[in-house]
Amino acid sequence: MEAVYALAIGVLVAAGVWLLLRPRTFQVIMGLSLLSYATNLFIFGMGRLEVQRPPILEGVDVEPALYADPVPQALVLTAIVIGFATTALFLVVLLKLRGLSGTDHVDGREPEQ
Amino acid sequence: MTALLDHLPILPIVVPLFAAAVMLLVSDAHRALRNTIAFGSLAVQLAVALVLLYQTTDAAAHIWPNGIGVYSIGAWSAPFGIVLVVDRLSSMMLTLTATVALAALVYSTSHWDRPGQPFHSLFQLLVMGQNGAFLTGDLFNLFVFFEVLLAASYGLVMRGLGTARVRTGLHYIAVNLAASFLFLIGVALIYGTIGTLNMADLLGRVGALPPHDRAVFDAGAWLLGVAFLVKAGSWPLNSWLPGAYGVSVAPVAAGFAIMTKVGVYAVLRLGTLMSEDEAAATILGEILYYTGLVTLVSGMIGMLATQHLKRLVAYSVIVSSGLLLASLGLGIEAVTPPVLFYMTTSVLTTAAFFLLTGMTDRTRLVLPRTDEPESQGDVLPVYMAFGVTSPDPYGTEEEVGAAIPAAMAFLGLMFVCCVLLVAGLPPLPGFVAKFTLLSVVLETAPVVGARNAGWVLAVAVLATGIASVVALTRIGMRLFWSPAQRRTPRLHVLEAAPVAFLVLVCLVLTAASGPAMRFFDATARSLHDPQTYIETVLGARAASRTGGDAE
Repeated sequence: MEAVYALAIGVLVAAGVWLLLRPRTFQVIMGLSLLSYATNLFIFGMGRLEVQRPPILEGVDVEPALYADPVPQALVLTAIVIGFATTALFLVVLLKLRGLSGTDHVDGREPEQ
Repeated sequence: MTALLDHLPILPIVVPLFAAAVMLLVSDAHRALRNTIAFGSLAVQLAVALVLLYQTTDAAAHIWPNGIGVYSIGAWSAPFGIVLVVDRLSSMMLTLTATVALAALVYSTSHWDRPGQPFHSLFQLLVMGQNGAFLTGDLFNLFVFFEVLLAASYGLVMRGLGTARVRTGLHYIAVNLAASFLFLIGVALIYGTIGTLNMADLLGRVGALPPHDRAVFDAGAWLLGVAFLVKAGSWPLNSWLPGAYGVSVAPVAAGFAIMTKVGVYAVLRLGTLMSEDEAAATILGEILYYTGLVTLVSGMIGMLATQHLKRLVAYSVIVSSGLLLASLGLGIEAVTPPVLFYMTTSVLTTAAFFLLTGMTDRTRLVLPRTDEPESQGDVLPVYMAFGVTSPDPYGTEEEVGAAIPAAMAFLGLMFVCCVLLVAGLPPLPGFVAKFTLLSVVLETAPVVGARNAGWVLAVAVLATGIASVVALTRIGMRLFWSPAQRRTPRLHVLEAAPVAFLVLVCLVLTAASGPAMRFFDATARSLHDPQTYIETVLGARAASRTGGDAE
């Protein structure tokens, strides 16, 4: 499971970085989204991959080893919210630039041929 | 009263947050009310920052032993709950933030805050993010506050719109989002290996890590470092900075003056906490020293190359970041106090200078080209939607209200003061800061076997000083001595006063450089004694628990 998980993150990061370096704003925002997915998966993975272990304790006298670490899950939630908000903001700026410059190039003008 | 004093550390975060939220509900028609809220909020923050500054000094050792105050949010104690930590460095940065923000706010109310987006709310959130970053005691909240201040800055940098601002804003957002992902990955790696995010707890446990975990931890720490260096505007990750600062309107740029120093602060904070480990500290120092040096030189070249005053000031921000990082990279304890002194003066200077550029821009008959002509054709409908009639509402508009007499003389005087400050010439504190810094570096560098590094830094700093004099006099001559294409602008007293105020603070800092240096000395001593920091933060747990039992 770890290998598949790591591969998935790797593919997402590779695709994200490549898209981030492209000249079109839409590609950049897709790249940023993919990178944020990869980051979120990575944070989640840092809490160790386990199945059938709930993160929330029930009762007081429990064996902590039977439960998953809740902190990375909380971190991921925060990171998702922040990443989502900033990506939405980026989308607005992208549309604004498109409206102002009439092109979707990140520099606001087409490169000279 | 004591209850209120106990809750002081949270106020710099809560007050601007509520002020920002309330101001969203106040419409443009009630401008006076909105300004009152904004001023009230910043006045409270400045007062709180000053009280905290007093409480962390030795004069108030009975309040907080060792000058470190710990505030556990929700009374959840240190490694499990979230803590705010006030030490000398944080309280100093808080005071600096509030001072600069107050000046920028006064300036903005002359006419810069008029149309468009909710300027005041965004500005309060920017200040909140900065305060939070200086106060927080754990890594993840550092990330959250970074994001708060960045999100606010994304909105502010595009204030006034126009193709140039939106395009630069887009670059700025993309770079900073990518840096934030690096930050998150670093935080995750650190949590994954060490199981805590509290900075004090973290350091207590680093030593006990098995070697294979240690490598992963180090990778996380390096990623964090890269993220901080992006924020600090260090070469080669700073190409976004001159553009973003250069296009943003004057009060916003002034509010940003302290933003790069948040990155430097993070490097300083974590760097000193990590300094327990000799080998890692040496590598970190070398990397900081060389990137800082290259940053310094690249900023210098940028200063000489640019024709536009605001971009030039932005390059001087890069220069100051480079100087700070390079001197910290020497890894000499005695260098820290002058570094802090330099950081304080450079923040005040760049803020004053950015505010000044807003006024000098108006002496031009033709507005400056930032780097390319804007396509004005399809701009108008957008502005109509925002209720703005001209593409750049801050350019040539005549203001209402009291204008100050002898506008050109005032501008000239302030310009000269700012040049002296940036270049580090006497009698202003730019000189005092650089002089103490270099004398300490040259004195102590040979002792630790970094003789050449010290000299190289000294030469680079002096060369940058000369370069900035050259670059600034060239621009100054064009601004003030070529009256043919110039007109005398009307300067609003609300714009003139903040610049004069910031320069005055600098003058006071020169006069009081003795007490100031003593404070910076104490700050450096507490920074280089991470053990006390760790014990105080984690010790607060025991204290609060016994306190809880007693109730």
